[in-house]
Amino acid sequence: MTEIERHDFDVVVIGAGGAGLRAAIEARELGKRTAVICKSLFGKAHTVMAEGGIAASMGNVNSRDSWQVHFRDTMRGGKFLNNWRMAELHAKEAPQRVWELETYGALFDRTKDGKISQRNFGGHQYPRLAHVGDRTGLELIRTLQQKIVSLQQEDFDRHGDYEANLKVFAECTITDLLKDGDTIAGAFGYWRENGRFIRFDAPAVVLATGGIGKAFKVTSNSWEYTGDGHALALRCGAALINMEFVQFHPTGMVWPPSVKGILVTESVRGDGGVLRNSEQKRFMFDYVPDVFKDQYATSEEEADRWYDDPDNNRRPPELLPRDEVARAINSEVKAGRGSPHGGVFLDVSTRLPAETVKKRLPSMYHQFKELADVDITTEPMEVGPTCHYVMGGVEVDPDTAAASVAGLFAAGEVAGGMHGSNRLGGNSLSDLLVFGRRAGLGAATYVDSLGPRRPSARLTDVEAAAQRAISPFGADTDGEIAENPYSLHQELQQTMNDLVGIIRKADEMELALKKVGELRRRADHVAVEGHRQFNPGWHLALDLRNMIAVSECVARAGLARTESRGGHTRDDHPEMDPEWRHVLLRCTQDTDGGVRVERGMQIPMRADLVDLFELDELKKYFTADELPGGTD
Amino acid sequence: MGTQRRFRIWRGDTDGGDFVDFDVEVNDGEVVLDVIHRLQATQAPDLAVRWNCKAGKCGSCSAEINGQPRLLCMTRMSTLPPHQPVTVTPMRTFPVIRDLVTDVSYNYQKAREIRAFVPPKGVQPGEYRMQQVDVERSQEFRKCIECFLCQNTCHVIRDHEDNKARFSGPRFLMRIAELDMHPLDAADDEGVDRKRAAQDEHGLGFCNITKCCTEVCPEHIKITDNALIPLKERVVSLRFDPLARLLRRGRR
Repeated sequence: MTEIERHDFDVVVIGAGGAGLRAAIEARELGKRTAVICKSLFGKAHTVMAEGGIAASMGNVNSRDSWQVHFRDTMRGGKFLNNWRMAELHAKEAPQRVWELETYGALFDRTKDGKISQRNFGGHQYPRLAHVGDRTGLELIRTLQQKIVSLQQEDFDRHGDYEANLKVFAECTITDLLKDGDTIAGAFGYWRENGRFIRFDAPAVVLATGGIGKAFKVTSNSWEYTGDGHALALRCGAALINMEFVQFHPTGMVWPPSVKGILVTESVRGDGGVLRNSEQKRFMFDYVPDVFKDQYATSEEEADRWYDDPDNNRRPPELLPRDEVARAINSEVKAGRGSPHGGVFLDVSTRLPAETVKKRLPSMYHQFKELADVDITTEPMEVGPTCHYVMGGVEVDPDTAAASVAGLFAAGEVAGGMHGSNRLGGNSLSDLLVFGRRAGLGAATYVDSLGPRRPSARLTDVEAAAQRAISPFGADTDGEIAENPYSLHQELQQTMNDLVGIIRKADEMELALKKVGELRRRADHVAVEGHRQFNPGWHLALDLRNMIAVSECVARAGLARTESRGGHTRDDHPEMDPEWRHVLLRCTQDTDGGVRVERGMQIPMRADLVDLFELDELKKYFTADELPGGTD
Repeated sequence: MGTQRRFRIWRGDTDGGDFVDFDVEVNDGEVVLDVIHRLQATQAPDLAVRWNCKAGKCGSCSAEINGQPRLLCMTRMSTLPPHQPVTVTPMRTFPVIRDLVTDVSYNYQKAREIRAFVPPKGVQPGEYRMQQVDVERSQEFRKCIECFLCQNTCHVIRDHEDNKARFSGPRFLMRIAELDMHPLDAADDEGVDRKRAAQDEHGLGFCNITKCCTEVCPEHIKITDNALIPLKERVVSLRFDPLARLLRRGRR
């Protein structure tokens, strides 16, 4: 075998979105030699797509806000399935993480008194989202990218080398993690540009690879979202939790077909936009579930008053958590009250002056103008649900972001638990920063604990990884037909969309598992043309294995959970069942390469956190035994 | 159903290449990137193209369509002349890696040579106060998605490889303007003179404000009018106005 390019680091961060960059900054600031590996160019990560804002209870617009209120909203949004410790850390630390961005040079929109402005969003009781128009994710990624550059400049001043302690490997894909016994020893991958292999030796690896949306046909996610980190974790023996919970964002574009799924920010509703069906009815008033009855307006008049007087009116039902709104839109379309292209109408044109729309929602204005010939200042948008986010991910220790495999850490969308069964808008960007930092800290602390003793990967494992990566060239098809990676990908997306989508049934998920199993077998016979230099067919062939693995997790866990909660809606089990609230479904890799699902139990919530809720509210979610003063 | 269109795509690598013609189906509402993806799936599985979000937000899919620097994902087929082939070529200013993918590392080098934001001393996180009107100027420049189309079109480097060492291009001169206009940037206190750096290290003087960069910006940032010209004015007053220099020194 030819010589493989080799690098030594203390910490290797896989993924260069918000979580990965924040983890890398922390590890480097703690003196660790750190590598950041990005599948794309530096600064292109999916985080740039985040529009609305970053949730943090700074209380700049409404001083009643506090971490306790944010914590409550997050738990409600996740239907109390969240890892409460993660939700607590997130709510407590988010303001510091946002303020810190200003010291890196971020420029958020301001309040009149010069503080960071905050906007309303679904499920958040007070205006809480720090924002920059509707391009907050871009501001976040650019700010972190520029902070990385500033750390590299420090290193240049000190050592004459920008990359002495922090190096970015752009357009580099990791295909396998390397271990020494049960412990992480590094990572193996290839350069996209020339197809050459690259090996990292490092005692700590932080997964920050984002989500799995490209397993679905209609999605707001970019091509990178192929579940790489989820699959890497599975393959090296870590567990994934909550994989049945997939968030369908209620408002994606529905027309023209080529842009179907592209996100329409929730800020449209946060800033006053309303949803109407083909009968011009604001249908969301019909879809307020019992658990939220007390918090949402019952008339259009009250809802409209709320924007100016939130203390004396209840919020408009358009601002329910995303799972509720997505299901409502789905029901309206199914009942024949949809828009011409199979969505519903989202209207801001009759609600805000044209200039305000252009000022607050500039990207949306351009997006619709340029891609759909729709002027959102004069006419409504057509929108429908789009696969947006996976709540499930690597099971981690809340405080250190450590996975069950020693040396492995995970933060951001690839980590599970924080958002329970449904994530609130704005809680993703804050999640990236809070747990990105904690993962960098956890990894650095772990490296320190090792002392001089470093795990090292076996050469045979490296060679096996190389073999796996190269197998699509000249694939041994065992006499079967060579499969096209693009066709297999389309089949997988269609299967997941149709059978494990927003509304699920046992027989459909069973069928999906059968199909995904076939796809897994057929993926062994994927053959690609050409050579290794920037070959998208080959790249997809390798990503496909990951998407197949995570799809199996989603379908298998979805089939096991016989209730409806958050981002998991069962037509055959429509009710939320308290007996399921404390159950974690844990996916691990089976010996045959398939996925095994086991039941685990959530740790009961700490008493002082339980006390933050009214008993009447807890009764809607908890079993009698779990209630304060219950029989246990 | 769709109509058939002819695509003429440059294919090759560092050793050279040529145009390859494809006849391909095009459907209502599609953008050029949709058609490239169809070609990958049906006719040319190894056709190299860079893309990420397909929503005009990440700035990855820059190329030249019928000779115009554009994002592939934001160029609708319906805006192109119907009865002639659609020509797609890689950005000309950067070395080709393969097909439509170019080596844009020049931009990352330049980004690293601009002194980062300097936080004001003594102002704690959470205590930053700025007025909206004061942050707006820099915010316009921070809309930049780093597609590098402005860099690609800028005639100072488009056909003058030798200028690259001394010229950072509109994107990064705009970055300097952005930092210079940041209400709380404390570069002065560290002895960093952003205006002088723009002129002496990043080649601001090469720019003769032909506004080509502004024309191709998919974010519609007024790069020339709002960033480059004001930066030039600041440099001029710094150089030739003794009073301005004196005032500047006094402020420090």
